[in-house]
Parts: sequence; structure tokens; C-alpha cells
Amino acid sequence: MATTRSAPHAPAGDAPAFADERVALFRADFPILGRSVNGVPLVYLDSAATSQTPLGVLEAERHFYKHENAAVNRGSHTLAVEATDTFEAARATLAGFLGALPEEIVWTSNATEGLNLLAYSFSNASLGRGGQAARRFALQPGDEIVVTEMEHHANLIPWQELAFRTGATLRFIPITDDGELRLDEAERIIGDRTRVLAVTHASNVLGTINPVVDLVALARRVGALVLLDACQSAPHLPLDLHALDVDFAVLSGHKMLAPTGIGVLYGRRELLDAMPPFLTGGSMITTVTMEQAEYLPAPHRFEAGTQRVSQAVAFAEAVRYLEAAGMDRVRAWDSQLGQRLVEGLADLDGIRVVGPEAGRERIGLAAFDVDGVHAHDVGQFLDDRGIAVRVGHHCAQPLHRRLGLTATTRASTYLYTTTDEVDAFLSAVAEVRGYFGVTS
Amino acid sequence: MSELDSLYQQIILDHSKARQGSGLATEPAPVGARLGESHQINTTCGDEVTVRVAVVDGKIEQIRWDGDGCAISMAAASVISELGEGEGVGELRAKIETFRELMRSRGTVEADEDVLGDAAAFSGVSKYPARVKCAMLAWVAVEHALAEAEA
Ligand SMILES: Cc1ncc(COP(=O)(O)O)c(C=O)c1O
Repeated sequence: MATTRSAPHAPAGDAPAFADERVALFRADFPILGRSVNGVPLVYLDSAATSQTPLGVLEAERHFYKHENAAVNRGSHTLAVEATDTFEAARATLAGFLGALPEEIVWTSNATEGLNLLAYSFSNASLGRGGQAARRFALQPGDEIVVTEMEHHANLIPWQELAFRTGATLRFIPITDDGELRLDEAERIIGDRTRVLAVTHASNVLGTINPVVDLVALARRVGALVLLDACQSAPHLPLDLHALDVDFAVLSGHKMLAPTGIGVLYGRRELLDAMPPFLTGGSMITTVTMEQAEYLPAPHRFEAGTQRVSQAVAFAEAVRYLEAAGMDRVRAWDSQLGQRLVEGLADLDGIRVVGPEAGRERIGLAAFDVDGVHAHDVGQFLDDRGIAVRVGHHCAQPLHRRLGLTATTRASTYLYTTTDEVDAFLSAVAEVRGYFGVTS
Repeated sequence: MSELDSLYQQIILDHSKARQGSGLATEPAPVGARLGESHQINTTCGDEVTVRVAVVDGKIEQIRWDGDGCAISMAAASVISELGEGEGVGELRAKIETFRELMRSRGTVEADEDVLGDAAAFSGVSKYPARVKCAMLAWVAVEHALAEAEA
């Protein structure tokens, strides 16, 4: 039974997971977790889609508007200078959190925008913009862009479009039935023609954590650029982008305690400084004539127009919250809950969990199929118990097709998720097939 | 009856399993009939249905479909296939309109079983706005297919 689970699984890394008392303290910072839905207490298991936001982060945004709001990087009055300092300090905070330099952090509205920014900058380079220095980003027929079969649509479609625009070919690294990347295939596919390797760090469906070090080594061998989709890793694992040695990375603040509308594109400094911009306009230039313009170095070259200042400030507060909790401990907690999810689900009849089996490393999420019951109905049944999960293809249609499924149900955790919530979810899932009259 | 039970009434669960009229390939369309087909997809959850109608002299001879989706969308396809066969095109259109009003009513409209038959069991769905699209999917497909058959 789900309620008599064995001792917690040893998490990856050495840090201990949180004690229940610590999790209770986190929860006090998230008033929304105390509400009820459908007359029962909310059990929020959809943090992989979007996380909840603690009071301190909300307060940081409010404080900015109450005391410091002004146009940044434009004005010279005192308020404008203060606002600019706060904005740039937020950038430095994110840089520290990610193991990067402040100049390597470009604000975007989310990961999707970061990926499109890259793809369009590469497009512009392919048209000759950025001159000789930008040739390394230019693509032409015969060149290859490599992604994986487990990508979120956000890390697939911009590359499809880039391939269409430039004549380059898009290829993908397949996965095993257990939802791990086939490294033998990666080695075969990443070759002399490969110019870009775009890969997710952790899968939003499978929970798999990909071997970035091995993939970077394969890409370096052939001189390809590496982009890491860190949407599901940055919230849940300690991340050091310099140590991982990737060229670019993207992430979204709303998945890591920040508000919606703010994200980050990371790029190695010399790459960003050589790359032509995507969006152009105010605040990203040095000299403008009626005929042409010269651009600022990174990161401001990529931040045309008025920026999301208060959201950047809130994002910085969110990563301070995570740093105070300790990312190694967040990883341990998510990993422990992730194992509890898979083990509990694996014990139930008629449930197929996708991704690595119990005992193998995964982030704090589990997506599964219930034999005889569509994911949408599973989600509805759980919602009736106050349990919020995600159902559908999770923006990964090709991956679902590979798994032979059209939709799955996904439960995902975060630092404020309790063991009791995972157990309540497991007991509810145990009842689903009976409710819908499926017998086997 | 709990809210959830009013959504998943036994009739709906039965239809979702029995799937009346399912299988486009299993039975050929009647010869001489005017045919119309429509493929509809619910982008929020990926439910899919393809419906084919066969019309002879303004009367619906056959409704066949293939689909993949939740209990609500599959049951709704089953119900309209059963309800629609033998109806006049105009009559079924009117019933589709009645069903649409019921679905949009957020629980304020009483379903008329004499008109809607088994489809009256879907009244509970109207209280779940996120599921109304599931219930409407096959019905909208029939509407489009009829328009094509009559074009
Ligand atoms: C792995 C992965 N990549 C990219 C995204 C896209 O993030 P956003 O919609 O915030 O741009 C998500 C979020 O759904 C994700 O899980």
C-alpha cells in the first residue's frame, strides 16, 4: 500500500533531504498551498509546469514598485540610477546562482523566447549579419542541427524553423525504452556536419537527467555549439554552467519560484559578443544614423526595448530563496520524492511509469499511463480530490509517440511538497481504475 | 450523486467503452449516399476524432467515427452516432444546437431526455468548463461533416 512505503531512497549527491519540519516552514511562505479546491485541501503536484511563488518574492517586486521604479539603463536621475543598480544586481545574482558571469546573462520572458532568440540570431548570422565574427553561427545546406527525441516543443520547433530557413538538416538522438538517451547513437549522429547540439538537461516527462558532460565532449570533438535546456534542471539541481562547459542555456523563472514573464538566456561571453541581435530597437545600441546602427556588447545587445525590471528583481529574490534552502538539499528532497512517486506507482496494477525505473536517478516527477483510463479522466478524478497534476502530451508529442502514448498524467514535486501529499496522490491513483470500471 | 459522479454518469462510462459507431474502416459507406467527413482535435488534451456521415435524401443513413481520447469525448461520439442515424439532417442540426446550449449552460439548463436521449446524461459536463470541449468534439465534427455532405 502506498501509505506504508519503505525508508526513503538514497538521493543523488551527499546532502541530506529536508526534514518534514523544514518543509512545513517553506509551506508557510506559500499561502496558496493552504487553500482548498473542491472543498478539500489543495495538493499541488504540478510544479514542473509552473511553481508557486513565496511571499518574499512577491514582496521584492512590490518593494521595487513602491520605492525604486524608474526606467533602467536610460536615465540619469537618482531614481533611474538606483533602479538600474537594482536591475543589474539581479543579473549578478542570477549569474552567481548559475555559475556564470553577469555579462553572460540575457533576460528573456521565458525559455521559449531564449531559444527563439538564439535561432533567429543564428538565422541573421546565416544571412551575413554580424560579419566574419558571426560566421560560427551561420548555417547552410549540409550543416546539421542535432536535438533529442525527448525535447519539449520549445527546444524543437525553433530548430525546425531554423533548418527550414537555412537549408540545414535537423537530426535527433533517439531514446531507449527506459527513456534514456542512446549514447551509442549520439556518438554516431554527432559528426563533422553537426553545428549545433540542443539538448535538455532534465526531461519534463521522463524525469531523466541527461549526461551533459558526455554530450559536450561529443560536440567539442566536432566543434559544434551546445545549447542546454535547463528549464527542469535549474529549479531542482545545483547548476554550474561554466563547469558543464555548455555554450548556451535557457531557463524560465516561473518554474523556480519567480513570477511568470521572466527567464534567462545564458551564453558564453565571447559567443554572445560575436552574435548578431534578434530583436532590435532602443537600449541596445551605441551609435545610430538614419542608415544603420552599432550595437552594445552582450548582454544589452540582446535586450531591446524596456525590460521586465520588477520581474528580474523578483527572480533574483527567488534564487536567493533557493540558495538559502540549499540547492543540494532541494535536489535530495526532489529526488527522494521522485523515487517515492515511481516506487508507489510501480506497485499499482495497470500503471505504466515512463522514464527510468525505480532506483535510477530522476528529478522529482513521474509521468504515467493508466491502462484503460485516459489521462484526462485520471486528472479529473484527482482534481476532485484536490490533487493538481498535469495531463496531456506535456508539449512533447514526438516523445509520447515514441512511447506509444498520446497522453500521460504527470505528478511533479518541489521543495514545498510533503511526503504526505505524495502518499495522498498514490492512494488516489490506486482508486482510479476501479472508479472507471476497468478490471484486468 | 457527487459532482464527479454527475460528470461520469454510468451511461457515459458505458458509452465510452461500447463506442457505438466506432470504426471507419469496419463498414463501408452506403452506396449512393452523399458523404461528409471531418477531423477535429482538442488541442488542450490531444483528443482526436474523425467522423464520416452518409446522407441519403436529407436523411442520415450512417455515422461512423475513429477517435482517441477521454471518456467524455469518446462517449459523446458514441452517443451522437447512435442518436443521429435515421434522423433528418435538419433535425440532427437542431439537436446539436440544443446540446451546445446545454454544454454552455454551466449547469443552469435542465436536459430534455425526450430530445437528447442518452446525450442528456452529459448535463453534468456543463459544470466543468474545461471538459465542454471534450463533449462537443464529435458533435462539432458531425456538424462539419454534414455541411460537407450537403455542399
Ligand atoms: C524542458 C522544458 N523546456 C522548455 C520549457 C518551456 O518553458 P516556457 O514555457 O516557460 O518557455 C519547459 C516548460 O514547460 C520545459 O519543461
